[in-house]
Amino acid sequence: MDALPKWADVILIPVISILLAAVLSALVILAIGENPWDALKLMVDGALGSTYGWGYTIYYATNFIFTGLAVAIASQAKLFNIGGEGQALLGGLGVAVVCLYIPWPHWTLALLGAAAAAALFGAAWAAIPAFLQAKRGSHIVITTIMFNFIAAALLNYFLIGALKAPGMEPATAKFAETTHLPSFQDMFNFGETTFFRGAPANVTFFVALAACVFVWALVWRTRLGYEIRSFGESESAAKYAGINPTKIIMVTMLISGALAGMMAINNVQGEAERLVLNAAEGAGFIGIAVALMGRNHPFGVLLAALLFGFLYQGGAELALWTSIPRELIIVIQALVILFTGALDNMVRMPLARLFLAMRRA
Amino acid sequence: MTDIAPAIELKGISKSFGPVKANKDISIRVMPGTIHGIIGENGAGKSTLMSILYGFYKADAGEVFIGGEKKNITDSQAAIAAGIGMVFQHFKLVENFTVLENIVLGAEDSGLLKPSLARARRELKSLADEYELNVDPDAVIQDVGVGMQQRVEILKALYRKADILILDEPTGVLTPAEADHLFRILENLRREGKTIILITHKLREIMDITDTVSVMRRGEMTATVKTSETNPPHLAELMVGRKVLLRVDKAPAQIGRKILEVKDLNVTDAKGVHRLKGISFDVHAGEILGIAGVAGNGQSELLEVLGGYEKATGSIMMNGEAIDLTGAKSDGQSRRKRGIAHVPEDRQREGLIMDFHAWENTGFGYHHDEKYQKNALFMDNAALKRDTEEKMARFDVRPPDPNLAAKSFSGGNQQKIVLAREIERNPDLLLIGQPTRGVDIGAIEFIHQQIVALRDQGKAILLVSVELEEILSLSDRIAVMFDGKIMGERMPQNTDEKELGLLMAGMTGGHS
Repeated sequence: MDALPKWADVILIPVISILLAAVLSALVILAIGENPWDALKLMVDGALGSTYGWGYTIYYATNFIFTGLAVAIASQAKLFNIGGEGQALLGGLGVAVVCLYIPWPHWTLALLGAAAAAALFGAAWAAIPAFLQAKRGSHIVITTIMFNFIAAALLNYFLIGALKAPGMEPATAKFAETTHLPSFQDMFNFGETTFFRGAPANVTFFVALAACVFVWALVWRTRLGYEIRSFGESESAAKYAGINPTKIIMVTMLISGALAGMMAINNVQGEAERLVLNAAEGAGFIGIAVALMGRNHPFGVLLAALLFGFLYQGGAELALWTSIPRELIIVIQALVILFTGALDNMVRMPLARLFLAMRRA
Repeated sequence: MTDIAPAIELKGISKSFGPVKANKDISIRVMPGTIHGIIGENGAGKSTLMSILYGFYKADAGEVFIGGEKKNITDSQAAIAAGIGMVFQHFKLVENFTVLENIVLGAEDSGLLKPSLARARRELKSLADEYELNVDPDAVIQDVGVGMQQRVEILKALYRKADILILDEPTGVLTPAEADHLFRILENLRREGKTIILITHKLREIMDITDTVSVMRRGEMTATVKTSETNPPHLAELMVGRKVLLRVDKAPAQIGRKILEVKDLNVTDAKGVHRLKGISFDVHAGEILGIAGVAGNGQSELLEVLGGYEKATGSIMMNGEAIDLTGAKSDGQSRRKRGIAHVPEDRQREGLIMDFHAWENTGFGYHHDEKYQKNALFMDNAALKRDTEEKMARFDVRPPDPNLAAKSFSGGNQQKIVLAREIERNPDLLLIGQPTRGVDIGAIEFIHQQIVALRDQGKAILLVSVELEEILSLSDRIAVMFDGKIMGERMPQNTDEKELGLLMAGMTGGHS
């Protein structure tokens, strides 16, 4: 209901949720015999303390922005797209094909071509579950999950077959020099001092920011967005208004799949510069948490993606410098997801009561 | 005051839901062997009060006395133990169980079903004889009519030894004849000393059957009076808080050319049920055609077909041109382009998006309109807001704030938002389903005036309503639907509720 003012809903609840997750994480770290304060300092320092750390945080965040937006836009139509992982893998396939077989004269054109291919492949992968949902009523959650497995198997097939480079590894050859995207190190190099040295963040981050603006404008400023939101809020009302459910399901999932697929220009073209097995590394699933925490709003997705980027990079540092195992990071991330997503009401209800009491007083 | 303890006495009941005070310090005494009416508009707090009495809600303050004894009713089991039975507006029956099984359900004597069923059968027989409560104990619920389902609900309560019976809007789903039957049952029950609380928004039922009546408004009990000492206008005034016009003032219809011509319309739904069975009728300019009928006899499907979101066979001509009933142009957008506007029966599920702002709802269905576009890419939200503000002023929507979500308006104001959107499109034909369902009396007056005004502008109006009074007072011509067919057409000046009631029950005039 509207018991809470908007700022409390958008800012206060996520902040409290994160703090709760942090407290619980601290207890876990304490329980395995490490100092949580040191751990936190290490995480902050590793992820945000240097441009190198930022370069990693932003790189991860870029991935999560794309997959988060993919989940967010599908959610506007009340479609739960769990298939971001598979769509991102297929996006990688698209990037690889375009980068390997087309001799690009310059990285800008390669970026455009690869982005288009990534979007196309991702959209195509989302199109099948979308069609099954729209025409056959097969539940999109089930089909998109299954398509993640099929995508992984499909990539396996190509990486040990048609696309495999000579050698032992199931991976493609390195992409040509002209397809390499400028990294932050290339872009923010001012004479003596080099920022972001060795970090994988690259120009794709700005594409991701543009994607946020694009999704925002699409959802809240266009007729299509209006129809998507209407359909998501009430299918019966959408029918009454003459909004075609099949069209909305198809179009929304195509956009969603395209966004997830476009993640590949960051990790495949921007970072690895070749396609390897399991290139998406679970970013498709993190996208679900990012969208959940970002309240399906592009700006919220951006913030949540940065938070998760921080957790990823900070967690890697933690594993590197302490005896805290890598897996604990997954625990911390899980706690953040648990508190911001699943236990939303646990924070919301007492807070709503508090605000009510304050208003009465 | 008499020496007999009241069957029910509520003292100072208060209940809040968040900031909403649903019940404010309510006290009421109901004497045994009487029928006590509780009347009030939607949201006045009637259902909340009864839910407290039946143990669904816990009151924030106040006491409940049953037969002079203070009771703490914490759940429905406690209510049943205290002798209270409730018949809900939406029946709580297991569709694929028999009547007997439904009655025994939850009140079995032991782990074995057979002795319970046998006892129930005996008891049912005596109850049926005593109160004219005839049911077939072995019929399956889904095969019997709503009238009988309601009797099963009453029997369920009596089988559990209820002395106090609460009925929530019991006649909403009944034909007039079935309602009369129900009232005879209630009179029999009263004669046997049972106490009955009747919740309704229909003034006529209060006048017909109750001994005393309490009026609720905005969570408060504004008056409790002897029915014999009051009259409908007075009750309406107590309900709304001001004088209301219960009659619709309208000039004779100026009938023009034929706008809508429906011929041999058939609809079979997804489950294969034949919903519309060869319906034919016309609607002319400057005329209100009222479709009467008990809910669920094909009226909804008729509106859906005309509104473009249900497929059908047959033919519909709009302004002399055929309308696509199955193909690519059988959708709401195409219908709107042909000059058909539609105020749907269920505004919360269809007519509005409850979580959208009022201004977003103003464009709903018309979001392709030129005036709502900024350019080829974007919608003009500012124009929508402006338009909403103007519509709200003209239709007296309160509060007149386009930025509020649709769900924060009252039923009447929600309906005005829909009405403003549809009427101001200046359609040739207005479809309007249940225009005043869940709408407060004050807004009913306004909505009826708007409908008549549109008719007087020479528009054709197809009105579907389950409220016979509304049909009779608004329509220039009345068609009655039963079981997917039109049973007959009548002129309002040449018919009455009795004749229409027979048609609504599927009996053609003169044979009953």
